[in-house]
Amino acid sequence: MLKTIKRGIIEENPTFVQVLGMCPTLAVTTSLANGIGMGLSVTFVLTLSNMLVSLLRKLIPQKIRIAAYVVIIATFVTIVDMILKAFFPALSSSLGLFIPLIVVNCIILARAEAFASKNTVLKSAADGIGMGIGFTIALSIISAIREILGNGTILGMSLGITNPAVIMILPPGGFLTLGLLLGLINVIKNRKGER
Amino acid sequence: MPALVAIALTSIFTQNFVLVKFYGICPFLGVSKKVDTALGMGMAVTFVMTLASIMTWLCQQFILIPLNIEYMQTIAFIVIIAALVQFVEMFLQKSIPSLYSALGIYLPLITTNCAVLGVALLNVRTASVISTAGSYTLIESIVNGFSAGIGFMLAIVLFAGVRERLENSDIPKALEGFPIALISASLLALAFLGFQGMSF
Repeated sequence: MLKTIKRGIIEENPTFVQVLGMCPTLAVTTSLANGIGMGLSVTFVLTLSNMLVSLLRKLIPQKIRIAAYVVIIATFVTIVDMILKAFFPALSSSLGLFIPLIVVNCIILARAEAFASKNTVLKSAADGIGMGIGFTIALSIISAIREILGNGTILGMSLGITNPAVIMILPPGGFLTLGLLLGLINVIKNRKGER
Repeated sequence: MPALVAIALTSIFTQNFVLVKFYGICPFLGVSKKVDTALGMGMAVTFVMTLASIMTWLCQQFILIPLNIEYMQTIAFIVIIAALVQFVEMFLQKSIPSLYSALGIYLPLITTNCAVLGVALLNVRTASVISTAGSYTLIESIVNGFSAGIGFMLAIVLFAGVRERLENSDIPKALEGFPIALISASLLALAFLGFQGMSF
């Protein structure tokens, strides 16, 4: 169980290692609050859809499995959308279209197909939680960097930076932050390999 | 007419679907190693996006709104798009085999391209310029879907051109692959940011 969770966070981190689900990763990471909100929404959908797919894995015919997974995922996404609209209207409006677009986040479909359709409910839940936390951590790191450099704030609190580099919270900053972070991870990996 | 041109120019340049709005990043990074394949993917996406705009608009206006079940939007739209992609695939295979073999493997991938679901949702959520009642009209949706597809094609073909050159350049080992691709995309996005100065 713990091993499965840890694997999703580190060895197979969906963002930094598998490079999946790039659209929300780049689009909503303009502030830490948005990043965490998106990460937790995805974790919720991922865990529940993994569990349901795993429960139904012997009932879903092979040929229409992808369509069935998509409908299952879309159902949970609609639930998240409604919850956010009702209880966190500010977050819901700043994440905007990217909440319904969780449906087409490749991480969720990839886990349903590669893991949940072959494993037990408990294992699939652990996998969903691990991958979700891995995604949330990745989004938090990217959005913290972008918010500090681009806006001079963290979670909305001012850090006393007078001239923030606005470009970091604009689209190019998103690509740049992720590109450099992936490069940094490669450097660390290469160093470890040399030892 | 000017309103439609404004929608088209906005979707292609100032609010480019990929480089400004971040829709469809997965195929943008995944299928952009060669200009030819990027062009094929761009054409397939444009085709499906235009059709999806029509189908989802009709579904919204004649099924979801009359039955008062707009909350089913996400589920209904993704099912329509998945069915549409499947149908387009079968249709092309039977009637235009040359186009089918050219687009081949890219067609099934389009279902999970968030640009398609994105444009469908935007169409029914953006206020119309032409009519005073509610969201985009059918013609506005079609123009928006088509030009968003063209915007996607423009971005992915430009990016593929850059990546073909990158293949032969001397890149620091740690930046090979995705990192350098993302950094190039950042510069491309910076260029597209220049269009922000235009307003329609």
